[in-house]
Amino acid sequence: MKQVSLEKPLQDIVVLDLSQFLSGPSASLKLADLGARVIKIEKPIEGDICRHLYNSNVVLNGVSSVFHAINRNKESLVLDLKQEDGKRKLTKLIQSADVLIHNFRPGVIDHLGFAYDVVRQINPRIVYGEISGYGKAGPWKDKPGQDLLVQAISGLTTLSGNDGMGPVAMGLPIVDILAGSHLVQGVLACLVRRAVTGLGGLVEVSMLESILEFQFESITTYFRDGGAPTIRTKQNNAHAYLGAPYGIYQTKDGFLALAMGSIVDLGYLLRCEPLKEYVTYESWFDKRDEIKAILAEHLQKESTQFWLSLLEPADYWCADVLDWERLFKTDAFQVLEMIQTVQMGDGFEYKTSRCPIQIDDRLLRSAIGSPKLGEHNASIEKEFGL
Amino acid sequence: MILPLEGVVVLEFAQFMAGPSAGLKLADLGARVIKIERPGAGESGRKIAIKNLFIGDDSLVFHTINRNKESIEANLKDEKDLAMIRKLLLRADILLHNFRPGVMEKIGLDYDSVKRLCPTMIYGEITGYGKEGPWTKKPGQDLLVQSVSGLAYLSGNRADAPTPMGIAVSDMLTGAHLVQGILAAMIQRGRTGQGAKVSVSLLESTLDFQFEGLTTYLNSGMQAPIRAEQGNANAFLGAPYGIYQTSDGYMAVAMVPLARLTEAMEVPLPAEYREPTTWFDQRDAIMRLLASYFIKNTSDHWVEIFDRQDLWCMPVLDYKELLEQEAYRVLRMDQEVVTKRGEVLKTTRCPIRIDGERLFSSKSAPEVGEDSAVIRREFDL
Repeated sequence: MKQVSLEKPLQDIVVLDLSQFLSGPSASLKLADLGARVIKIEKPIEGDICRHLYNSNVVLNGVSSVFHAINRNKESLVLDLKQEDGKRKLTKLIQSADVLIHNFRPGVIDHLGFAYDVVRQINPRIVYGEISGYGKAGPWKDKPGQDLLVQAISGLTTLSGNDGMGPVAMGLPIVDILAGSHLVQGVLACLVRRAVTGLGGLVEVSMLESILEFQFESITTYFRDGGAPTIRTKQNNAHAYLGAPYGIYQTKDGFLALAMGSIVDLGYLLRCEPLKEYVTYESWFDKRDEIKAILAEHLQKESTQFWLSLLEPADYWCADVLDWERLFKTDAFQVLEMIQTVQMGDGFEYKTSRCPIQIDDRLLRSAIGSPKLGEHNASIEKEFGL
Repeated sequence: MILPLEGVVVLEFAQFMAGPSAGLKLADLGARVIKIERPGAGESGRKIAIKNLFIGDDSLVFHTINRNKESIEANLKDEKDLAMIRKLLLRADILLHNFRPGVMEKIGLDYDSVKRLCPTMIYGEITGYGKEGPWTKKPGQDLLVQSVSGLAYLSGNRADAPTPMGIAVSDMLTGAHLVQGILAAMIQRGRTGQGAKVSVSLLESTLDFQFEGLTTYLNSGMQAPIRAEQGNANAFLGAPYGIYQTSDGYMAVAMVPLARLTEAMEVPLPAEYREPTTWFDQRDAIMRLLASYFIKNTSDHWVEIFDRQDLWCMPVLDYKELLEQEAYRVLRMDQEVVTKRGEVLKTTRCPIRIDGERLFSSKSAPEVGEDSAVIRREFDL
C-alpha cells in the first residue's frame, strides 16, 4: 500500500468557488485535493446546474454521477447573491478567503456586484480567477461556453478520426478540463507571487484560448506551411501531422497501437517484406497512407500478443489497446491505487478516481464525498460569523 | 505587472513533450527556465518532426514547446560537468525531469541526493506509468498511454475502431499536472521552508482526465461506455449531444432539451421521445431523426435559428475558417518569436492572462548550449 499524505501543500488556503458545470469546479477540485478548503457557493433550490445534468441517466443519491465526480472534497454553502443578505455574507467571507473562482458569462458577476475591482477593495490579498467561454470581448463573448461547442469552432474536430470521416469530437470534455487546469496554474502562480509582494491578482482564462494553446503544434504548423489544410490519414489515423506507423491497428483478436519508429525496422521485426522498401525518413510521412495500408493488412494475420512478442523485446514503441474492463484487471493498474471510496455527509458511499499528483511519494487522497446542497450553511455561518 | 514567477529559476532535464510543456508554462508565467542538454545533439525532441518541418537543425515542434527558455550543455556522465550542474542546483528553485525510472539515480541526481545538497528544491518528475509495477520500463509515449488507458474507446462512433485523440493529450495534461503540483509545493515551501518531490505519470493523468466517465462506470455496475452510432461526442450523454452534417458543412449541438430543439427547427417531436429518459436510451434513433432534418439546410440557417433562442450550438470550423473570424482576432492568441539566426516563427501564446494582461514572449527556443557561456559566468560555474 502506498502512503497517504496527511499534511497537504495548500493547507490553510480558503477558496470560494462560485462556478458551476465543469471548467471552474474541476479547478477547485484540484485545489481541494492539493489541500485547500473549497467552499462551493450555490444558488438556492437548484444549486449548481450540474447536480441535475442528465448523464446516461446515472443518478446517485439524488444527483448526477458527474456532479459527484467533480465536487467531492468540497463544502456547500447556499447564498442568494441577488439578495442583500447573500451579498453581505459573501462580502464577509471574501475578507477571510485566499481565492475566489467563477465562470459566469461576461457581465454577470459585475451585475451581482462581485467583479474583481470590487472584491480587491474588500480583500487586496485575494487571487481572483475567472473562466469565460471566448474571452470578454468580440462577437462571441455572449455565446455559451460549452465544451463541445468550443471544440467545434476551434479546429479540434479536424484532428481525430480518419480522412473522409467528417469532424470527430473528442468524446470527453477536454476544453473544460484544460481551461480549469490553466486556471489552477495561474491561481497558484499568483499565490506564489503573493508570498513575495503581499498582493493578490487577477487570473483570466477562456475556454477558446485554452483549447487553441492545446493545439499549438498543429496551429504553428498551419502558420508555417502557408495555411495547408489538416489532412488525416486515410486509415489508422492517430495524429494528422505524423508519419507512419503512428496509429491503432486491428489484429486477429484485438488492436495494436504503434507510435513513432523506423518503418524498415518494423519490416524486419514484423516479417513484413514490403515495408523494407521504405528506406528514407521522409517517405514515412510522404507515403504514410501506402505504408499504413500494408501494415493494416499484415497485422490482421496474427494476434495482438503475437505482435507484441516480436516488437517489445526490440523496444519498439507499441502497446495493446485496452478498455476500462481489461485495464482494471492489470497489475499495472492495481498498483497505482487510482480508485478511492468517498463518503457523503449522510453516509452514502461511492467510488471515484483520486488526484493524479503525488507529493513526497505520498498519494493525495480524500475520503470526503460531494456535499448536499447547503449542507455546510450552518457550520460556515457560525465559523465565519455570517 | 510583475510576472507571478519572476525570480524563480527552473532547471529542465526534460525531453520530448510532457516535461518541456511544463517548463514552457513556468517560463511564460515568469520563471527563468534553463534546459540542461547533452553536448552536441541536445535533447532528443529536437529531432522529432511533424510534417518533416524543421527550423535550422531543430524541428518546428521543438521550437514551439521550448521557446522562452535558455540552454546549457552538460555531459551528465562526466564528473566535471556534473560538478558544475551540482553548483547550479544551489541557485535553482525547481528541477524537473522526465527520464525513465532509474536514470536520475544512476547519474546521482535523484531526489534524495538533490535534497541533501539543496533542501529547498522542488523536484518534479514525470514517468510513463508510475515507479512500481510491471509497466515501469515501458515507453511513456502519448499514443501508447492513450491506448492502454481506455481513452481510445470514448471517441469516434460505435462501429469505429478505438479512436485515439489526434493530439498529444496525455503529454499535455501530465505536464499541466506537474506544473500544478510544483506551484503548490512552492506555496508549501513558503510556509515550511522545505522543498518537496512532485511526481506525476502519463497514465495517472490520463485516468484523471476520464474521472467523470470512470465515476459513472464504477458506480453503475461497470457497464462499458457505448459510443453513439453517428456523430458521437460523448458516450455518456444522450441525444441531441453530437455533431450533425448540414447541406454545406457540420454543426455541433450540445445539451438542448429536445422539445425546444425541434420547435426551433420547426419539425415534429414524436411522442415517444417526450420523456428525457428516452434521450439516452433511444439516443441513436433520435440522432438519426435529427440528422435527417439537419442535412436539409445550411449551417448558417440553423445557427441563426438557434442563436435567436440561445440554444447551445455552433458550426464546425477548421483552422482556415476560425482564423478568419473577428472572434479569433480579438483574442490576439498568436505571437512571433525570433530565433538566434533571425528567423521569425509565428506560434501561439500562453492562454493565461494575469492582472488583465496577456503573457507574450518573443524569446525563441535556444540552440544547444546557446546560453552556456552566459550562465557559467553569471553563476560562477
